[in-house]
This record gives sequence, C-alpha cells and structure tokens, in this order.
Amino acid sequence: MAKLESHIPAGPLAQKWSRHLFESKLVNPANKRKYEVIVVGAGLAGASASATLGELGYRVKTFVYHDSPRRAHSIAAQGGINAAKNYQNDGDSVHRLFYDTIKGGDFRAREANVYRLAEVSAQIIDQCVAQGVPFAREYGGLLDNRSFGGAQVSRTFYARGQTGQQLLLGAYAALCKELAAGSVESFSHTEMLDLVVVDGHAKGVIVRNLLTGEIVRHAADAVVLATGGYGNVFNLSTYARQSNATAIWRAYKRGACFANPCYTQIHPTCIPVSGDYQSKLTLMSESLRNDGRIWVPKDPADRRKDPHAIPESARDYYLERKYPSFGNLAPRDISSRAAKQVCDEGRGVGESGLGVYLDFADAIQRLGVEKVRERYGNLFDIYHEITNEDAYRVPMRIFPAMHYTMGGLWVDYNLMSNLPGLFVLGEANFSDHGANRLGASALMQGLADGYFVLPGTISTYLATVKPDQRPPTTHPAFAEAEEQVRQQIRRLLACRGRRTVQSFHKELGRLLWDHCGMARNEAGLKQALERIPALREEYAQNVNVPGSDQDLNQSLERAGRVADYFELAELLCRDALERRESCGGHFREEFQYPDGEARRDDEHFAHVAAWEYQGPDRPPLRNVEPLVYAEVKMATRSYK
Amino acid sequence: MKLLARLFRSTLGQKYLMAGSGGVLVLFVVGHLVGNLQFFLPPAALNRYGHLLQSNVEVLWLVRLTLLAVVLLHIVMAIRLWASNRAARPVAYASSATSYGASLSSRTMLVSGLVVVAFLGYHLLHFTVRVESINGTPVAFHQLREPGTGYYDVFAMVVAGFQVWPVALFYGVGVGLLSFHLTHGVAALFQSLGGRNPVYAPVIRKAAHGLAAFLLLGYLSIPTAVLFGRGNDYLKHVVEHNARRLAQAPPGEEVAR
Amino acid sequence: MKVKLKVWRQRNADTPGRFVVYDTPELNPNMSFLEMLDVVNEQLTLQGEEPIAFDHDCREGICGTCSLVINGKPHGPQRGVATCQTYLRSFRDGDEILVEPFRARPFPLVKDLVVGRQAFDRIMTAGGFISVRTGSAPDAHAIPVPKEAAERAMDAAACIGCGACVAVCKNASAMLFVSAKVSQFGLLPQGQPERYRRVAAMVEQMDREGFGACTVTGSCEAVCPKRISLDFIARMNRDYGVALLRGA
Repeated sequence: MAKLESHIPAGPLAQKWSRHLFESKLVNPANKRKYEVIVVGAGLAGASASATLGELGYRVKTFVYHDSPRRAHSIAAQGGINAAKNYQNDGDSVHRLFYDTIKGGDFRAREANVYRLAEVSAQIIDQCVAQGVPFAREYGGLLDNRSFGGAQVSRTFYARGQTGQQLLLGAYAALCKELAAGSVESFSHTEMLDLVVVDGHAKGVIVRNLLTGEIVRHAADAVVLATGGYGNVFNLSTYARQSNATAIWRAYKRGACFANPCYTQIHPTCIPVSGDYQSKLTLMSESLRNDGRIWVPKDPADRRKDPHAIPESARDYYLERKYPSFGNLAPRDISSRAAKQVCDEGRGVGESGLGVYLDFADAIQRLGVEKVRERYGNLFDIYHEITNEDAYRVPMRIFPAMHYTMGGLWVDYNLMSNLPGLFVLGEANFSDHGANRLGASALMQGLADGYFVLPGTISTYLATVKPDQRPPTTHPAFAEAEEQVRQQIRRLLACRGRRTVQSFHKELGRLLWDHCGMARNEAGLKQALERIPALREEYAQNVNVPGSDQDLNQSLERAGRVADYFELAELLCRDALERRESCGGHFREEFQYPDGEARRDDEHFAHVAAWEYQGPDRPPLRNVEPLVYAEVKMATRSYK
Repeated sequence: MKLLARLFRSTLGQKYLMAGSGGVLVLFVVGHLVGNLQFFLPPAALNRYGHLLQSNVEVLWLVRLTLLAVVLLHIVMAIRLWASNRAARPVAYASSATSYGASLSSRTMLVSGLVVVAFLGYHLLHFTVRVESINGTPVAFHQLREPGTGYYDVFAMVVAGFQVWPVALFYGVGVGLLSFHLTHGVAALFQSLGGRNPVYAPVIRKAAHGLAAFLLLGYLSIPTAVLFGRGNDYLKHVVEHNARRLAQAPPGEEVAR
Repeated sequence: MKVKLKVWRQRNADTPGRFVVYDTPELNPNMSFLEMLDVVNEQLTLQGEEPIAFDHDCREGICGTCSLVINGKPHGPQRGVATCQTYLRSFRDGDEILVEPFRARPFPLVKDLVVGRQAFDRIMTAGGFISVRTGSAPDAHAIPVPKEAAERAMDAAACIGCGACVAVCKNASAMLFVSAKVSQFGLLPQGQPERYRRVAAMVEQMDREGFGACTVTGSCEAVCPKRISLDFIARMNRDYGVALLRGA
C-alpha cells in the first residue's frame, strides 16, 4: 500500500508556503549543475518549469512530442488567467481567490495547496508582464480585467481571446532564453513511453524519436511530468488531437498513484457536434457568458423554430432563473448539467437537439456591435468559421463537451508523487482544483506549478540525493523498461487486424460519454466496466496499425495512446463507481437533491482517492488521503 | 568594416542597398524627365540645357561614374538576392503559382529590371554615345549643331531619333517596364528602409503608383509628340544648316571633332 | 459531396516523392479539411495502405501545427484561417484538390506532407525573448503601457508560428514570422533594453537558416491565418538598420 503523506507544512494557512520555502533544504549553487532533471511536456507548466530550473542552474532536458516546444494545448486556452491582484478594487484578495477556488472545487481540494496557488497568482502576472505578454490594457496603460464563472470579482487577466497562447509563448520565450544559455536541452518529436524506476525512485525515462523510431534511454536525478490531462480518453473533447495520457499512465503502472480520475470537467460552452466524422470539439470561451444570455424555448415544440420567431415570453433563460445571483456565470459543472437537463427535457435546439442558445442580442443592444466585436470578435470569427453562422445576427448554439481533468497523478505539497523523484505539474497532477475547476484557473495553476512551486520544492528531494549519482542507463531497470516499450510496439504492429485505431477510440469514447460523462449512475458504470475490458481485448486482437516502427508512423503513435486509454477508462469508471456521492464534475444521479443539485457526502467522501496499480491481473488498490478543512467550513455549494 | 560586412551579407543589409540604390536611380529618372520635358519649350531651351550638362567634363563624369556604380550595385544586389531566394526553395510547387495578394509587378521585378537594363544600354548607345549604326536614320547624330550657337543640337537629335517608329516603340516598351518596375519598387523601397507604418502605408502605395504614372506619361509624351510631327520642320532646318556648314568647313575638321 | 485528392506522398527525405490520386468517399460539407484526410486515412488503413502523414494538433487554429499547401495556397482557399479551420464547403462537389507539403529549404521534408520547422525555434532561441529571471519581475503595474502599444504588440504576438508565410513567399522568406516576434517585444517598454541586440541576432539566425529575402510581394500577409501585417516587416527593417549603426 502506497504511503500518501501530503507533507503539508505546519503553521497558519497564510504562512505555510513562505515557511516551507524557508525551512526546505537547498542545493548549493555549485552543486546544482551536477543535477539533471528531465521535464516531459512543454505546455505552461513544463515550459515554465524547464526555464526556471534552468535559470536556477540545474541541467534540464525537455521532451516534447510536438515539432516545437511552443505547440502544447495550453495554447488554446482563450479566456484568461486569474490572479488576486485586486486591481479593480472590488474586494478581491488572496483569501477570496482561495475561497472561491476551494468552493468552486466543491470542497475536494487541499486547503494548503489552493492557498499557495492563490498566493503566487499575483507573481505570475508580474512575471508574464515582464516577459512581454501583451495583456489587455485600459487607456491609462494599466491592465484590464474581466470576470469569469464562479467569481463575483473581476480578477481575470486576458490577452484578447488568446490568453493561453500568449502565456505559453511567454513561457516558451523563457525556455528559449535558457536554450540559448545552454542550461536546457530540448528534444522535439520525442515521446516518453515509460518511466524508469530504480530502487523505488524515478530516475529516468524511455523515449521514442517519432521521426526515426529510435528508442532512447535518458537518466536523471528527478523526472518532472507536465504532460497535461487525460480528457482525450473520451475521444471527442476540446483537447488537441495529440494530447494523451501515456506519460502519466505509464508512470501509474510504475507505481505512481492516480488520484480522483473521475473528476472530469465538462465545459458548458462548446460548439455542438455536427456529425460522425467529427475529430474534436471546439470550445467557445466561457468569457462569452459575461455578456451572452443562455436560453432554450420553454416549449419543446418550439425547438426547431427560428430563434427570432420565439418571443421573450416563450424563452427560458434557465441559468438566470435557477441561479439568480450568478446567473449565466454559474460554474462550469452546474451550467453543463443544466444544459443537459433542458436537452433531456426535449428543449435542446439545433439539428441534433443537443444544443442551447447563447444569445448576444441584449449585449449588442446595450453595448453596440463594436464593443461586442472588440471583446469577443475572434470568438465570433471562430464560431463563424466552424458553423458558417453569424453570431452577431443569430444566437450561437452551444453544448457541453469534455474539457479538462481535475484528477491526475497524486502529488504531495511539493508536487512530488508517491514515487520519490517523480514530480507532476499542471493538469497532469490532481492537486488544486478539487472536483471542479473554475474558469481561468488552469493557466494559473500551470504557471504557478512551473514558475514558482516546483523550483521551490524540487530541492527538498534533490538535497537528499548525492550529486552526480544518477544510475547509468545501462542499469537493468532501463533495459527492462526499454524492452517493455519495444514489446508493445511489436505487438501493435504485428496485430494486423481489421479495425482502425480510430474506430476503437470512437467506440470507447462514446461508451464513456454515455456512462461516465455528465451524469453517472451505478448501473451504467457497471455496464461500462464490463464492456471496456471486452473492447480492450478486441483491440489487442483486431487492431490494424499499418506501417513500420522505423520512421514517422502516426498510426503507431495513436495506437499506443489508445491502448492506454482502455486501461485508464476502466480506472475512471471504477473511481466514479466507488465515489458514491455527487461533487463538482462528478455527478452521480443517485446522489442529488430533489431540485437536481449535486449532493455531497462529506462524512464518507471528504477524501482523495488515490489508485495504486497492482499488476495487470489484479484490481487496483484505492488508497485514501483524508481532506482536512481547518480554515473554511464545508458548505453546500450554492450559486443561487 | 563589420558594418559593411553585415550590410553586404545579411539579407536585410542587401535589401537596404537595393532600396538605397533604387532610390538614387528613381531620383535620377525623375530629374532626367524634368530636364527632358524642356523638349516642349522652344528648341533652344533643351539645347542650352544639354550644353550645360555637357560643358563641365569633371562634374559630368563624376555624375556618370556615380550613376554607373549605383546601377551596378543595384544589379549585383538583385542578382545575389535572386540567387539566394531561389536557393531557399529548391523544390518548386506543382500547382501553378498563384499570387495571393502579390501584384504582378512585385513578382516580376527581376524580369522588368533586366529589360530596363537592356533598354538603358540601347538608350546610352543611341543618344549618349551616338552609335550611328543603331539609330535607324540617315541623319548623322553627331553632326547636329544648333544654328546660331553651335551647341550640340539635342532637340534635333531627339526628333530624328524618335521619327524612326520602331525605336519609338522600343522606348515605349522600355519606359513602360520602368514605370511598372517602379510601381512596386518605390513602395518596396519604403518598406525595405523601414519607412512605412499603418498610417502612411496606403499613401506610399498611391504615391508610388502616381510617380510611376507621371514617369510613364512624361517619358511617353516625347516620342509621341515627335511621331505627331513636333520638330519635323526644325530638324529639316538643322540638317540643311549642318550640310551647308560641313560643306563650308575645311576638310579634316569633322575628324578632329 | 465527393472530391478527388491529389496528394504528395514521400516516404522520407531520401526517397523521391510523387503525387497519388485518391477518390474520397461521400463527405459532409461541414467537415474540416483535416477531418476529410482522417476519413481518407481510415479508408487507406483498411485497404492495407499506409495513411497519409500530415501535421495537426489543436484543430482550432491556434497551435500552428497544421500546414499543407492546398491548390497552391498554404492553409487552403479561405483567408485568415489555418488548414484545420478550412471546411469542405469552400470546395465544390467533384473538385480535384492538389495537396502539397510546405516547400522551403529550411523546412526539410519529413514524410508525405510533414515538414520540419525547427528553424523557427532556432531563430527564437537566438533572441526571441525578454531576459527576465523568474521571480525578479517588478509589479505588473510598475510600467504603464499605452493601450495602442499593447494592442499593436498583441497584433504581432498573434502569430502562431505555422510557417505559411514562408510557404507562400516566392522567396521562401521568413520575414513576416521574424518581424512579428521582433515587433511584439520592440513595441513594449519591457522589450527595449534588448531591442537592437534581439533584432540583429534573430535576423542573422534567419539568414543562417537559409530563408530568402523579402521582396514585399505581400503574399505572406494574404495567407497568414492571423493576418499579421506587412507593416511589422518595415518595423523590423528599421530596427535592424539602427542595430547595424549601433553595432548591436
């Protein structure tokens, strides 16, 4: 059984982080260059961590499967990044951001982690501005803010609808600076396929060069995974097509615990699915909900009518009706579920009936087209490109879609997993968002982890390892891991079955969406748990992976990732089944109040479930880390 | 020296040289036209102007050599950039090239430039060196003298030259391509030297087109006027005058000249 | 609708490539161009052929991974979008569509339609950053930035690094890309200390990579999925000139 020690420092909440930094062991500057750190992934968390560790003097190797460390899917975040700057003088503070995040996460996150996140948020903005991130500004030359779901203050900093892109390019620029300085070495087109564990410590990775097929071993003193979330297990999601769970999944199979896999976030404002061929779903920034009003017709008979022909009196602005104080800005899980509810009632709009209107008519009347264009122009453009509809004239149609995973590898306060030497950052870990993430908080967490937290905590581990004592890549653990990787590749290529990887992925995704999507129940989960292993078995027998392993083979890359999804999907359902309560993104139909709101069970489930791999033939072990709330009182989350 | 090396080696430096030399040549071309438009004044004006330019040999050759150097620089840079630009795409696209926002003049600068160079060569041999065998007319250019002053008769030479319609046509093609070259060249000059911003980018474009049109119409007006008969009588008068003069002159004088 | 695809297939840089014609199955006009390639690839896989390799990732026009020259135009017929945001409704039923990889010496061909664009990373590494150590930044409001400057910097910063400017330029010039990065930092007060050193280093790296020179045809601006303006090239030209005079 894994030991789950959170290592939360003692002392008052507000002083934990500074005290921890002071009390942590440091690595002497001359010794830093004797430590090698592997960073996998170069999204916000990975790029910022690589750059900052490089600045500190560590020797860093950064691996990305993209052609360049500037392409990770952080780049697609549109809306903004939260920070407790209180530049608007509207009553914001570190404590308020902390509280909003804890409450937004439905009281399923660690207080100390979240407080730290809120604390360093302000520094992130300073850092990014200094790097030349062109945040939106007011005429006075100071930074502008907008408001976002789940908060009643304006604390979101943004760069048009491309905030993620700008922050990622900032982190990438910082990485370039360190590449130029020679402290970081970057490996593009290189995918991590296994973690190497030597004497219980993470000491290296096995990677595959995607262009040549070459399998290479890399040893290090510590391994940092910043490889993002696992939402693509659903096939259709707002994730990039290449985003995958392979790195964290293989780490899980090497002993790292996987926490709260069932906490998956469905984003309420995506463009509805248009057909079977669809490869991904496109998100419309939640910021649209600032000025757009969400509605469906009151009468299901009206659902195919021209929206302009439906009078005000026949429209149901259901978010405003149900949640008068937050209205259209209710948190994501709540808005998503509300949309599902109205569609289940047969009031959904569009071809498929799976859509609700997001209407800007009022905003255009109030602000004028120009102002609306200035705020959301690029989003309206994206919408037009995809749907061929003009949202200035007809209301947008939106529907929830798989968007983010709050679960991930378990980490302690230092962001180190239960495997010593293995650090996990950003969406890949489980740490800060509890059961639901608020808008504009993912960027905040990724950058907090990479710029400020890991660089401060990695020395707590490295100080315990002697410098220059990495195991050589000739160590048997490397050979064993490499052989496993080779075997899997051989197996996939040798299969030559009759179905494509994509067809399996689609089927798996559909199964998960139906049984473990926005709403889950015991019967459905059990059914999924029966069908997934069968499908996995068929995959092993009947998948067709063309080509060779000696050159660029995109089918092979995908095949390995989908193989991992089958296993992960099972864990996801298992976790969802075991968590017999509704909280945040995890909604169990059996556990709801009569009005349809989620019913938490704090008595039995105020804990983190961290799953531990037990081998291919035994079910995983469910370890528990209790959540202790000293500062805030657990309350029923209400946005009414 | 490092500055010069960077200027000649970097692509941007070469573009500066391209643009700078182009700018000098544009100024020359404009000046040349303004001077030549005196063709529409009585013949004495153009002849006096010609004499003014020709009479100071030191200044004349200084200007000529400078212009020659600038032209050579412009050509050498063009060819070097062309070569490195070609090398940047060793494998061509299969689809027929489409312009996408690029004007025809911008895509054919090298061709238009080379034709202009050929034209320039002819022009120099025709009117400056006065190689009689290429002017296509029995009038001997180098014998033309203005009655009265004895200045070299530029006006008569221009008339004689352009009365040969194939020559006039070739001039038309030459200045046509030159103007075409400059519709893009002048705008690109500002871009390459960094003198363009969103505020006056449209102004530059219009100004470039305006200038090109002015040059085209200006330069075309002269051969056109000749073909419509301007200076015909004057030319006859000068030719007769010169024939008389040469008949009276002691033998050998012409050779000495 | 159905279309006929004429696609460049090439095993690797050392083997000669050729065009192969594929007839697509029935398609939906609301499909994206890449989704159509997915469908064709599914079909090829089932026929036991190797699918067409092409670059893609976010499929929402922001990561800059997708490329392709479609009927002679990078990112397809629509203006201001990347290939992943090109939809089949831009084509007609029965069209023959020519699909080629980006062609430029600094973008070596990897396989089929995939090319390497690491040259851009090397240009960025040469100086495409503001040297600020993590944690050492002053308060974000310490330096006010005029809204106009911030907006212009954002116009430049919108570049997604896809390389379409290089692909379309008749000289395979990377100046639009480089100038966008140079201008983003050059327009902001934070970028001033390294302004001239940066432009010199980036331009010289661009030259070493073997990109062509700008002849101001403007086709880069016309195909840029983010509509980056040619004005930034003028700005870079100006800055580089100053850098030369200053010996930066």
